[in-house]
Amino acid sequence: MLLSEIKFLVLKDIKLEFKQRYAINGILLYVVSTIFVSYLSFARIIDSATWNSLFWIIMLFAAVNAVSKSFVQESTSRQLYYYTVASPQAIILSKMLYNFMLMGVLSLLCLLVFTSLMGEFVVNYPLFISALLLGSFGFASALTMIAAIASRTNNNFALMAILSFPVVMPLLLTLMKVSSAALSVGTMAGNIKYLAALLMLNVIVIALSYVLFPYLWRD
Amino acid sequence: MEGFIKKNWWKLLGVAFILYSIIAGFLIEVPDLPIIRQSIRNLFFHVVMWFSMMVMFGTSLVRSLRYLSTFDIKHDVYAIQSVNVGLFFGMIGIVTGMEWANFTWGTPWTNDPQLNGAAITILAYFAYLVLRRSIDEENKRARIAAVYNVFAFVMLIVFIGILPKLSDGSLHPGKGGSPMTVTNLDFTMRLVFYPAIAGWIIVGYWLTGIRVKMDTIRQHLDNPE
Repeated sequence: MLLSEIKFLVLKDIKLEFKQRYAINGILLYVVSTIFVSYLSFARIIDSATWNSLFWIIMLFAAVNAVSKSFVQESTSRQLYYYTVASPQAIILSKMLYNFMLMGVLSLLCLLVFTSLMGEFVVNYPLFISALLLGSFGFASALTMIAAIASRTNNNFALMAILSFPVVMPLLLTLMKVSSAALSVGTMAGNIKYLAALLMLNVIVIALSYVLFPYLWRD
Repeated sequence: MEGFIKKNWWKLLGVAFILYSIIAGFLIEVPDLPIIRQSIRNLFFHVVMWFSMMVMFGTSLVRSLRYLSTFDIKHDVYAIQSVNVGLFFGMIGIVTGMEWANFTWGTPWTNDPQLNGAAITILAYFAYLVLRRSIDEENKRARIAAVYNVFAFVMLIVFIGILPKLSDGSLHPGKGGSPMTVTNLDFTMRLVFYPAIAGWIIVGYWLTGIRVKMDTIRQHLDNPE
């Protein structure tokens, strides 16, 4: 029951995206132009520590932008309709799943454009990409929940940033640690505890959202 | 008079503990450790602030959970006022800590997991206050703020409790290369340290109670039935 609801809701989001198309294109353009701006200002001579911080700062802002409209792009009357036909758990999980996919695509694209413009610094690609994917899933789930909270206020976009930065900071710092290892001599085995911590953060966020979202949803 | 003491003995106890910790904190013999020297006495003031802050935020979490299970607005008032008092302790903790760090480490702020954890915690609770301000309707505000409170608290516990263990250590005593740990804290220092914690926590609850009363009166004046 829950699974079929989630499947329908995710398909609905994907169809809506393909129909409107401005949202995903907008966020892709945002990432590319941010990277281009940093390329123009740094002009390629940067060390791996700067590369790492810049990459994750761009990822963080792209993630906040991409996820922030999860709950505001549709009208309140249509949201009311979803409320009558689907369970709140299905709604939050489907939004998360959709944002997982969005962030997965976004992070890989970000990596591609960033390496081609700012120079190739990644040594251990399997480690970097597994951290990147786990990190973007973590961003997606934590920010989906924050977007749900922020969408209930009068001041959605400002609050989205204020509320999310403290909450995603544990994720971001762990990610920067793993990825800086992947930029030098780090091995998969040596960093498995960080990857496990990232996975655990994901599980905690999903479990919390599953329990807490029903309280946000009803009005 | 007797009734007054019977009702308020715990407040007097809290004040007595704090006075004792201030007086004894400056008078007892402390171990003379390198670098820290006499500034170790700040333990009775600085570290105690963090304990009290976490207790206040923990209280707020419990109140938020109780609000979500009962929808009684009383718990929401306690949740917000506990956060206010916790933030007050947190700000004093930061100031006393920066003073101490300036003396022992040579700089008021370093890139240390515990410092960052404290800063992020305080940012998260200021965000909680901003979130509350941006919702007008009382019940909706209470519900959404409670959800954020639970969510942020759990994430911060992860941040403060687990991440420092993954990192390379902290400048704080007992972590990394520093000479002193809480487990081998000098016995006479414990005699001051533990009452100090108890005293500030009691005063924290007292402050919360006063703020809750103020809040209730203010709401009553705004919309008298």
